[in-house]
Amino acid sequence: MATQNDWHRNNLENKGALFAVLSVAAIAVGSWVELVPMMTVDYAPEQIAGIEPYTPLEVAGRDIYVREGCYVCHSQWVRPFRSETLRYGDWSRAGEYVYDRPFQLGSRRIGPDLMRVGGKYNDAWHVQHLMDPRSTSKGSIMPPYAWLMDATWSDADVEASIDALSTLGHPYTLSVREDPAKAAHAQADALSARLAESGLDVPADREIIALVAYLQRLGKDGTAAIAHSKGNDEVAP
Amino acid sequence: MSPATQPQHDPWDDDLVRKFLSATVLWAVVGLLVGVIIALQLAWWPANLGLPYTTFGRLRPLHTNAVIFAFAGNTVFTGIYYSMPRLLKTPMWSRLLGRFHFWGWQSIIVAAALTLPFGMTQSKEYAELIWPIDLAIVVVWVAFAVNFFGTIFTRKVSHLYVAIWFYMSFVLTIAVLHIVNSLALPATLTRSYPVFSGMTDALVQWWYGHNAVAFFLTTPFLGLMYYFLPKSSGRPVYSYRLSIIHFWSLVFLYIWAGPHHLLYSGLPDWAQTLGMVFSIMLIAPSWGGMINGLYTLRGAWDQVRTDPILKFQVVAISFYGMSTFEGPMMSIRSVNALAHFTNWVVGHVHAGALGWNGMMAFGMIYWLVPRLWTTIAKPAWVELHFWLASLGMLLYIIAMWAGGLTEGLMSRALTPEGLLLYPNFVDIVARMNPFFWTRVIGGTMYLVGAILMAINLVLTIRASKHAPAVSAAAQA
Repeated sequence: MATQNDWHRNNLENKGALFAVLSVAAIAVGSWVELVPMMTVDYAPEQIAGIEPYTPLEVAGRDIYVREGCYVCHSQWVRPFRSETLRYGDWSRAGEYVYDRPFQLGSRRIGPDLMRVGGKYNDAWHVQHLMDPRSTSKGSIMPPYAWLMDATWSDADVEASIDALSTLGHPYTLSVREDPAKAAHAQADALSARLAESGLDVPADREIIALVAYLQRLGKDGTAAIAHSKGNDEVAP
Repeated sequence: MSPATQPQHDPWDDDLVRKFLSATVLWAVVGLLVGVIIALQLAWWPANLGLPYTTFGRLRPLHTNAVIFAFAGNTVFTGIYYSMPRLLKTPMWSRLLGRFHFWGWQSIIVAAALTLPFGMTQSKEYAELIWPIDLAIVVVWVAFAVNFFGTIFTRKVSHLYVAIWFYMSFVLTIAVLHIVNSLALPATLTRSYPVFSGMTDALVQWWYGHNAVAFFLTTPFLGLMYYFLPKSSGRPVYSYRLSIIHFWSLVFLYIWAGPHHLLYSGLPDWAQTLGMVFSIMLIAPSWGGMINGLYTLRGAWDQVRTDPILKFQVVAISFYGMSTFEGPMMSIRSVNALAHFTNWVVGHVHAGALGWNGMMAFGMIYWLVPRLWTTIAKPAWVELHFWLASLGMLLYIIAMWAGGLTEGLMSRALTPEGLLLYPNFVDIVARMNPFFWTRVIGGTMYLVGAILMAINLVLTIRASKHAPAVSAAAQA
């Protein structure tokens, strides 16, 4: 045993560069084995037909979701347990997240999961909930987000986002790529009009419009695609 | 820089150590204060203040960044700049790079505090800072690494002491983790999109995130343990052979553990299983470190009764042992199914952060202050700090344990008919309130202890200006 100790002392502990190289080699093995397969096409999470990139307005809303740190309290990750699928809907598939940059799985549920919140409530509910969470959910500890009603999303931001996401490979149509703001305004106007029908006067350029558009999209594509493929992909445990 | 150009009265550049130590104490108070504020926000939502800059969603990342990179980071740099020259019998390679490192790192912390409340974030946990700050981190880290390896290559003793191995692994691995996890395409000056998407992005993040725990909060702190524990106890390290075995197995195994943050997600099963299995194996090298620490005190336990510095260190090493047992248990799929998403995880993290990192830092600070300035102004406060911190974190951790189990069990509870027993999420939220308040109390006690330390430091520095300077030769 003494000879073993001597080996380490005589061959490594007096050689700074060799020690450094070996300590990097020690972390390189696990990193390589776990990360590289996920980064290469063959092993990438299965693609699901019907999953589309977020629209320009939804991207703006998603950026607001990230900015406000919604992910700090809300997960987007339904685990394959009966208690979770009863509460939140179908469990999450890897392929549903392919256009999520950055991912928003979350790590803590101070509030409920939002993976499939899209379409669960109407647009007006979301506006009321964001303005005064306790008006729709008695006992909630979520802070109100009143400033989303005053702040506006900008064409320049939407254009910069869609440019970057297109570069990263999100397949937008030519018309969206050429004028992302136009697509965003069309969707925002429609949402604003729907809210007006429910008696809520929210101008289309407000941040809350973009955020609600994003929230109403969540899980929509995935839920539809999963329903379509039911039978050969039954819900587990 | 050759020793000849070092100021004669400060051969080991303790001036830089004093800077880092003072920053450590300052950021400890700031980071813990933000922690108490966000704890209060969960117990009493009006504490969000109705302002965009002060909501829980924006302040929580500020808290985690402040305690990890500002408090723990400066703790490690303090220890490294104090111990490296003494272990290698040479001053740090460059005084200038040391100062660049100090001011650069503090500027990054200030930049974090000026951007996170404004919602400028990449949302990846412990890697939230926007891309221009990420680039600044690379520059400062490279300066630190050049100075670090410059010192190693110009050392006056050929043997590298065990603490240096752990420091080295910290310097190199953090560089790799930070660069890979921060790869992103800027959209504007303050926003960017990661080059990886979805589950791949999540995997890269948790490979980074868990190894921030491993290589920012564990390996360098083990290095501090290997230097400062023998110093404060006057005992040699228990087992040299154990330190070799647990160093190499720790750095080799830790890097695999990330996927335990993604159990039951869309991550392929093989990756989830690797994450779980390697996490369980981690008990061995982690406890190797704990055993080597505690056994170093063999024959010195009578000193622990009277020396508050050893008390801090013993509690730190004990909490290291406990959280490195708890972590692997929580990585087991069936345990994780209950614990994940709950306060239990928060309790686990704080057993490590408050128990291991915090107590280790406090022990080191109280050992260093008389050697860097003069006799501690209020010795009784050190003992008081120890008890406030110990009882405070006990309250905190027990509350989060009990709260987490309650939350996990309520979330999964089914009626005999197989329906949800608590279908309304707010019913679970309401049950968390007493646990949240208990945490506020425990966290406040821990914060008060740190404030006492800060005042004590200020009083000591003031006193040192009137007292004769400590002889550098005597402490070398």
